[in-house]
Amino acid sequence: MLLFLEIGRYCRLLYEALRSVTETHTYRENLFAEMVKTGIGSLGISMLAGSFTGAVLTLQTSYQLTSSFVDRSAIGAIVSQSMLVELSAMVTALVLSGRVGARIATELGTMRVSEQIDALESMGFNSVTFLVVPRVLAGILMFPIIYLAAAAAGVIGGNLAGMLTGVLTSAEFMEGARAYFFPWDVAFGMIKSFVFGFVITSISCYKGYFATGGAEGVGKATTNATVLSCIYILLADFILATILL
Amino acid sequence: MIEIRNLSKSFGPHLVWKDVNLTITDGESLAVLGKSGSGKSVLMKHLNALLYPDTGDVRLDGENIFALSYARLRLARQQFGVLFQGAALFDSIDTFENVAFPLRYFTKMSQAEIRDRVEECLGMVNLKDAGHKATSELSGGMRKRVGLARAIVMQPRYLLYDEPTSGLDPVTSDEINDLILHLSKSLNITSIVISHDMHSVLRVADKAAFLDDQKLSWYGTVDEMRKADHPKLREFIKASEYRI
Repeated sequence: MLLFLEIGRYCRLLYEALRSVTETHTYRENLFAEMVKTGIGSLGISMLAGSFTGAVLTLQTSYQLTSSFVDRSAIGAIVSQSMLVELSAMVTALVLSGRVGARIATELGTMRVSEQIDALESMGFNSVTFLVVPRVLAGILMFPIIYLAAAAAGVIGGNLAGMLTGVLTSAEFMEGARAYFFPWDVAFGMIKSFVFGFVITSISCYKGYFATGGAEGVGKATTNATVLSCIYILLADFILATILL
Repeated sequence: MIEIRNLSKSFGPHLVWKDVNLTITDGESLAVLGKSGSGKSVLMKHLNALLYPDTGDVRLDGENIFALSYARLRLARQQFGVLFQGAALFDSIDTFENVAFPLRYFTKMSQAEIRDRVEECLGMVNLKDAGHKATSELSGGMRKRVGLARAIVMQPRYLLYDEPTSGLDPVTSDEINDLILHLSKSLNITSIVISHDMHSVLRVADKAAFLDDQKLSWYGTVDEMRKADHPKLREFIKASEYRI
């Protein structure tokens, strides 16, 4: 019963957000601020996560490909394709569910329990337009860009790790990467990160917006937002792979 | 004029109050009294439909506020200024921007006009030089005063005060009471003050409503309240006097 209530409230919030998306004058300033916080603010950690994932993947692939019949350039192909299709979007989303999701849930939760959302409503604002719409829009607009940066960092990281440890040369890595580069892989990664951006920001907005019970309530909302985001990212990843691959 | 008709509210199995009937005429100052947990703030949040009742309605100049479309409700809410218990200032912007906030979105005022209006309102609450301060730098009393400046900046017809003096020292409480009195008299604003501070109520209100035992237990003028033979109200007043 409680689950249906939660789903109903979540859908209602999204409906309210969708209905007011044309009121751009209300959230324009907030949207730019959120795009900077979500996008620019997350680039560093996302690229770091991407580059180390690429580096580790290169070393692991090299460790597993022991046969001398397999060309070393295959490592470049495997690493770059894995980064583009799956790992960049997934690792970025999991990292950002903590960084972006927790921030959103805490911000809105604190605004809720300190009556700032009531203050907005009592002035005549639509608080959903003002608070939820810019955060969700910033998520779905910026996550694909963050994904591209993380994927590039992953390929570079993998290439560097291979080169520095002597597993393969940069030319071998890039030869494999180029041979197995398909534009659809990038498009697929961008679609995924678009969906992940929506999942993280919408769930975090929902949890924060309906937070109750003071500091403890905000903490609970933040934890729930992060955990639920991770679960639904994994679920969405599986569904998208089933449909699109 | 605000008319509250047969209003009942419960949260789950917990009944807050039922069948509350009250009329607030323009220009008057009404204090809503009651013990903690008697539902005073809940009642206040029904006046501008921040909460919806189980049954009953609130009529604003004859129009049921709960039956309005959301677009019309937002316009109706602009007739109210609200001072929340913790002031509810936006902590991401400074004092000046907090007061200017509704002007920027709901008026076509120029930058200079906004500055003049904000300074005028900050001047009314004796905080003319505090505009540049971050809200985290403000004391409890200053926060309430900034909240009050923000509440009056759009020149509302009604001002709702939720525990305006709670958590403040007696001197600052008196300053806030003076401000409430000044605003309701000089700007002719209808004031609804939620409080359990009898000192404040006696100072600012013309009429009082006492919430107790899950209903509106007593209603009358402040002069009548002093002589009322309602046992719980007397007990409430007496306990407050001891504290004073």
